Amino acid sequence: MTDKKIPAKLAGPSRRAFMAGTAALTASLFAPKHLRAADFPTADVNTTGLAVTDDTVTIGILHSVTGTMAISETGSVQAEKLAIEQINAQGGILGRKIEYIQEDGASDWPTFAEKARKLLVNDKVASVMGCWTSASRKAVLPVFEQHNGFLYYPTFYEGLEQSPNVIYTGQEATQQIIAGLDWVTQTKGAKSFYLLGSDYIWPRTSNKIARAHIEKFMEGTKVVGEDYYPLGHTQFNSVINKIRLRKPDVIYAIVVGGSNVAFYKQLKAAGIDPAEESPIVLTISVTEDEIRGIGGENVEGAYACMKYFQSLENENNIAFVKAFKEMWGDDMVIGDVTQAAYLGPWLWKAAVEKAGSFDVDKVRAASPGIEMTTAPEGYVKIHENHHLWSKTRVGRAQADGQYEVVFETAELVEPDPFPEGYQ
Amino acid sequence: MSASSNRLFSLQDIIGFAILAAVIFILLPLALDTFRLNLFGKYLTYAFVAVGLVLCWGAGGILSLGQGVFFGLGGYCMAMFLKLEASTPENTAIQSTPGIPDFMDWNQLTALPWWWEPFNNLAFALFAVVAVPVIFAFIIGVAMFRRRVGGVYFAIITQAFAAILTILIIGQQGFTGGVNGITDLRTLNGWDIRTDEAKELLYFVNGILLFACLFIAQFVRKSKLGRLLIAMRDQEDRVRFSGYDVASFKIFIFCLGAAFAGIGGAMFTLQVGFMSPTLVGIVPSIEMVIFCAVGGRLSIIGAVYGALLVNWAKTSLSETFPELWLLGLGGLFIAVVMLFPNGLAGVYAEHVAPRIARLFSKTSTTEAKQSKQSPAE
Repeated sequence: MTDKKIPAKLAGPSRRAFMAGTAALTASLFAPKHLRAADFPTADVNTTGLAVTDDTVTIGILHSVTGTMAISETGSVQAEKLAIEQINAQGGILGRKIEYIQEDGASDWPTFAEKARKLLVNDKVASVMGCWTSASRKAVLPVFEQHNGFLYYPTFYEGLEQSPNVIYTGQEATQQIIAGLDWVTQTKGAKSFYLLGSDYIWPRTSNKIARAHIEKFMEGTKVVGEDYYPLGHTQFNSVINKIRLRKPDVIYAIVVGGSNVAFYKQLKAAGIDPAEESPIVLTISVTEDEIRGIGGENVEGAYACMKYFQSLENENNIAFVKAFKEMWGDDMVIGDVTQAAYLGPWLWKAAVEKAGSFDVDKVRAASPGIEMTTAPEGYVKIHENHHLWSKTRVGRAQADGQYEVVFETAELVEPDPFPEGYQ
Repeated sequence: MSASSNRLFSLQDIIGFAILAAVIFILLPLALDTFRLNLFGKYLTYAFVAVGLVLCWGAGGILSLGQGVFFGLGGYCMAMFLKLEASTPENTAIQSTPGIPDFMDWNQLTALPWWWEPFNNLAFALFAVVAVPVIFAFIIGVAMFRRRVGGVYFAIITQAFAAILTILIIGQQGFTGGVNGITDLRTLNGWDIRTDEAKELLYFVNGILLFACLFIAQFVRKSKLGRLLIAMRDQEDRVRFSGYDVASFKIFIFCLGAAFAGIGGAMFTLQVGFMSPTLVGIVPSIEMVIFCAVGGRLSIIGAVYGALLVNWAKTSLSETFPELWLLGLGGLFIAVVMLFPNGLAGVYAEHVAPRIARLFSKTSTTEAKQSKQSPAE
């Protein structure tokens, strides 16, 4: 390897160029050509036979654009394409334009594995942006490990995993849960919790962590109920009756996807209005995308605990939302995962430029410590464990489908995918 | 029917089998790289189900919309063995309870459930791959056919079973891996199934097993049982009045279809490297019927081509048009059903086979003529 020294200030995307990225043409004319492909001969930056030429580098996008998950994953695809376009407008990576091959996981885990293998074995992509559900990630993981691919995974998820072949750009469970529970007990005085979720690994593990925190690590708080319903379940009346009987201070809901629509409508019909805050509704699974389906008036007043809301008021996010809407239409909303997906190509670019190579081993070695100051959520940094340091925020749902941010952690929360004492 | 069709293989059957063998064992391995060959191996595992469906549905008139259940049971039996082998205490050292599959650990199980124990044994697992689906099919078959439940009602009930089993698998995630399925399978008795060589070898094993199933299916169809099945399909009452135990025949053929599906499921697990409930439910079960319909529900060879063609179309359409491929696939189904009601096999029987037959009869008549003429010369 010939180590090309890259000036530190150029390693991340410069803010000026980032803002200019919204107008691709202008940017491509005026953005400074930081790194030229000629300075990085293909033979040096790609010793492992990836799809890298003198002008282009090919990556994969692997999400469901058909099937039940399409509604959730479309936002991720859009964010990734936006990031790729912006990076290209700035001059690409090591002077090479990013091209992508998009594959459809079709909401089907074996298909995800098949497509992942196709991208890595046939197309030799340099990295993959993709997956959404834990099941799809678990399905592709052995493929990525076997063929030494590199995956940027955007969804908040249950943790208990740390692969050398994955960068997790969403939050793992402790980052998302603990700060939110602390907030609701400290500012709202909540003492009792009713845990509710869809029946699969993420809600179950998340609630396990929540329960451990409530029972072991907070004073005088308790769990008064815990229930799970299959994915796609739409009849929540019986559990709503149980909730009314046990009178918890907080309904902690991790219902996912379409079930949310039924849950919040039935909750309101049963006389529990989240806006009245008795009980308080706290969720970690309703992003702006889901509110579109539920209807803002049905979920108004519920609190969501995640790292990103479209309404964040900072320079980076304002530019990001503007660029996203310009590319995909004014009626689009941006949820937590969409933002996390947007980080993928940028973090990869930073790691490649730090490594001075597209080779997966070198990109992996360069990844810990990569910082991104231009992230819409603010500053993020890659931890040794391949997750991101990030802030946890609590938002209050508004009737217009947006969240009003009511709390954010002062410091970045350290990712801890294998939490001690929470097992 | 002519007398010749009572022989196990007519000339046409021999040609059909020979062409299929050439495609599977020579053409595809030569034309494809390991990745694609592995994909075709996966498609062929669905062909096991389609062949079973030809027997049940095409010949016997029993339309099962729940074959995914048997495919899944076979696949899960195999996956359980492989998962236990992959979950050695060394591999799972970071877990709270090392030595049990990772998903059990995530679900706070602290010991292997008793009914997982036998799956430590390969021989038992291989036996279970066939036995579990067959036992299941036998129970459903006895419950349904003895009560003379048939036709649409049977189809609906099998579909309900597919739904029930899916819900059970997803709900009992501590024991089954839930929605994730059983993932990250590595070795079969110490033999790494993820290498290119393994994938190629498994493809050929798969092909041989498929041919074994095809021969059994052919034997059944040409036997008296096969003729009775067709009679039952067309006039069940008359067969019953003739003194035959219709229900037993149906149960047998349904169990045979389940056994084929189970073998297919096990081969799927081996070649793809995991098993998940998405292969068990209603949608995959219906898809399996479509493979059979596209290939031709009366032809066991057609069913294999149907499974290959539909899945190949699925893969290549989705690679080319990731956002529109479902429309293309839907169009393909409609076109096949509208234009070729008997599927690919029907096209072959109507258009290709007569020409081949004519070709052969011509050569044989000219040969005959020559042989007649030659002594005169």
